Amino acid sequence: MEKAETLLSLQNISKDFYGNVVLQDVNFDVKRGEIIGLVGENGAGKTTLMRILFGMNVIRETGGYHGKVCIDGEEVHFQSPFDALDAGIGMAHQEFSLIPGFTTTENIVLNRESMRPSIFNDVFGDRMSILDRADMKARTVATIAKLGVNLDPDTLVSEMPVGHKQFTEIAREINREKTKILVLDEPTAVLTETEAEVLIKALRKLAAQGIAIIFISHRLHEVIEVADRVVVLRDGVIVKDTPTTGVTVRDIASWMVGRQVAADRADEAQRSFQEDILTVDGLWVDMPGETVKDMHFTVRKGEIFGIGGLAGQGKLGIPNGIMGLFPAGGKVKLHGKPVPLNEPRLALQMGMGFVSEDRRGVGLLLEESLEWNIAFTAMQIQDKYLKPILGGLFKIRDEAAMRTLTEGYIDILHIKCTSPAQKAMELSGGNQQKICLAKAFAIAPDLLFVSEPTRGIDIGAKRLVLDALYKYNRDLGMTIIMVSSELEELRSICDRVAIVDEGRITGILSPSADLAEFGLLMTGERVAKSTEDSNG
Amino acid sequence: MRSLKQFCADFGWPRIIIFFFLVALFIAAPTVGVRVDASLSDVFNRFGQNALFVLALVPMIQSGCGLNFGLSLGIIAGLLGATLSLQFGLHGAVGFFGALILASPFAILFGWLYGKLLNKVKGEEMTIAMYVGFASVMFMCIMWLLLPYTGHDMIWGYAGKGLRTTISVENYWSKILNDFLVIKSGPFFRFPTGEILFVLFAAGVMGLFLRTKTGTAMTAVGSNPDYARASGISVDKMRIISVIISTVLGAAGIIVYEQSFGFIQLYGAPLAMPFTAIAAILIGGASVNKASMLNVVVGAFLFQGLLTMTPSVINSALQTDMSEVVRIVVSNGIIIYALTRKTKVTK
Repeated sequence: MEKAETLLSLQNISKDFYGNVVLQDVNFDVKRGEIIGLVGENGAGKTTLMRILFGMNVIRETGGYHGKVCIDGEEVHFQSPFDALDAGIGMAHQEFSLIPGFTTTENIVLNRESMRPSIFNDVFGDRMSILDRADMKARTVATIAKLGVNLDPDTLVSEMPVGHKQFTEIAREINREKTKILVLDEPTAVLTETEAEVLIKALRKLAAQGIAIIFISHRLHEVIEVADRVVVLRDGVIVKDTPTTGVTVRDIASWMVGRQVAADRADEAQRSFQEDILTVDGLWVDMPGETVKDMHFTVRKGEIFGIGGLAGQGKLGIPNGIMGLFPAGGKVKLHGKPVPLNEPRLALQMGMGFVSEDRRGVGLLLEESLEWNIAFTAMQIQDKYLKPILGGLFKIRDEAAMRTLTEGYIDILHIKCTSPAQKAMELSGGNQQKICLAKAFAIAPDLLFVSEPTRGIDIGAKRLVLDALYKYNRDLGMTIIMVSSELEELRSICDRVAIVDEGRITGILSPSADLAEFGLLMTGERVAKSTEDSNG
Repeated sequence: MRSLKQFCADFGWPRIIIFFFLVALFIAAPTVGVRVDASLSDVFNRFGQNALFVLALVPMIQSGCGLNFGLSLGIIAGLLGATLSLQFGLHGAVGFFGALILASPFAILFGWLYGKLLNKVKGEEMTIAMYVGFASVMFMCIMWLLLPYTGHDMIWGYAGKGLRTTISVENYWSKILNDFLVIKSGPFFRFPTGEILFVLFAAGVMGLFLRTKTGTAMTAVGSNPDYARASGISVDKMRIISVIISTVLGAAGIIVYEQSFGFIQLYGAPLAMPFTAIAAILIGGASVNKASMLNVVVGAFLFQGLLTMTPSVINSALQTDMSEVVRIVVSNGIIIYALTRKTKVTK
């Protein structure tokens, strides 16, 4: 077979979004019939790389890319995803792009339907042709056979189990005769173990037929199982490109997260904690895209407890669920008293605060003044910043007290603004984040949830935000649960770091633990093994 | 010069233009034989008549329910209160305040149901509200005929049942507010002190309410419902409260209107009333999600001034009768203008 022939070659690909470099000198080749495992943390540049390969508009709109994409040795310039399709690149997306009300067949051959002419063709042209359903079905059956899976051509997509949707999506791509390269973005994320195994078999079968596959996944053991070669991206650079033979999951995990941070943790040795402040038992949260399944952990009074993990694995669901913003269930106890779930007001009244990851959506009143933003929660929950009028008949806002409060926080947190009356939307991201912190500090919570506190803000502001958290923890003994995608950040400030994968905590580590350990937990390798063991 | 420019920008060009247009109409009035003092008196009177409707829009705007196109529901509650007051034969101040009190339970009930409905259609409030308004007016067209009213000066003479389209309140509580502390000057000028005071009182209470804890929460719900929820506010509850307040104010508004106008108008009359109120608050500088007391007062005054002066001056000048046409063109034109330009609120 012509297996050695290079099909796709990426040469010196670089891409920046307005000066923010996301890919730098990326080089790799894909051979005919080869399966490449592409791995990397969130934000490592995988998606951007695939977008370049696929000719997505967003790349051109943001200034294009540098380097060359060659297919069969010839340089190509895709103007749109259609060009990429014509050149033989197929992509199955993480979010299915299927039409729910159509059958498997209709979805697979969509826009490439078999037709036979009707009597109107002479007058109106090909658009009046009639669908040749028998042939469409035959083609579908052939495609499904090529994939080697069990898929009914007549089922509606809306009635399929999620695994079958994934197969339909892939079948649609390989139904094109020209498809030579198939890009699969997290194809197994929604599948069960057995479905994933079937998929992996199907992929091997496809590869044997000469189709090259780029397999993007966080499940490292699957990558090792299915891929011939693994390419590891980290911060936009390829750090490793090696055949999978002899590579262990642990190796890949440490390549993925491999930054060495000099953790400056002088006082760690002296930290000691007594009683538990929060116990979480069997928590589930139905937060779209961040589902929490069965969470168990305890947080001790006075500590900074970090929660990390890859995006979409459920770490954000924890604070949102406990604070009542998304439907949740299970047992949560604060100071030994049960926390009523799904009731934001009661959660706040019990002495918990929350800084949301969705700063502009949930965290701020963008059209209102900073005074309102900071004082509002304290006013509503604790009746602060109100003054009686008409001899105590009514209570109205105490604007002066609100101003004093706001000025205080502007001072402490170094918030850059023109006045406390400025609108929140006029502030920069970092300063908006400080307003969110101030809002949470203003209710003086015993336990503060901070979700992605440094997302989308610049380095200087990051430092200030982390320092503020550190200071409130050390000076006032405020217990903080910090949820963040940035492992480095968690390691720099937390006393313990829990890693979440697929809605469960896979392990709790000391911040000084080996990086590879974190990587393994993040990709769920550790827990997968331990559950298998316990099941016998 | 710079401060003048700043002032103009703050005040809003549309309002400045309308203001000067109004001034021009007053200047032109004597030349076509329209009396300025009578016109001024009219403007104040109509301001008092309509200001409560405009005020009624504020709570729902603040809570994010948009412009209350379904204000007719409140007006219907007010009409029920007014007709019941007549039915029970209440006179004078007792009759007027009796009508308010009788209307309140209806307004609260209607507002509560209406609010529940609006909570189910978040994002589409204004469209749904408009149909609620239309449907309820049409439903009441049937009810006015069927409800067992017996007051002999309210029902159709020939059938002996069913309410008339127009019922005079002459013998009950006509001009009860207007004539309270009224200031007269010459045969044509009357300043309706009582009515204006009532309006200012209502605006003052609303202003204070918006500064209370509940009022603050309501504004926050309108500004960002997710923020409000994360701060422990029940978004749906706040929205229902705002709808109830709006409906109650609409009911009070129609009763104030009737005592000044002298008649209760039933059947299709409430249909267009929300539109003039909405046009007024938009002229006043409110947007779909922010409104202040100043917007209400300025808007009601400018819009009613325009409605009073334009037809009378233009009719006299052109010798035609096109007041109704002008009214409709102006009010709907303003609504379109304001809804298509969701600019920031002017102070």
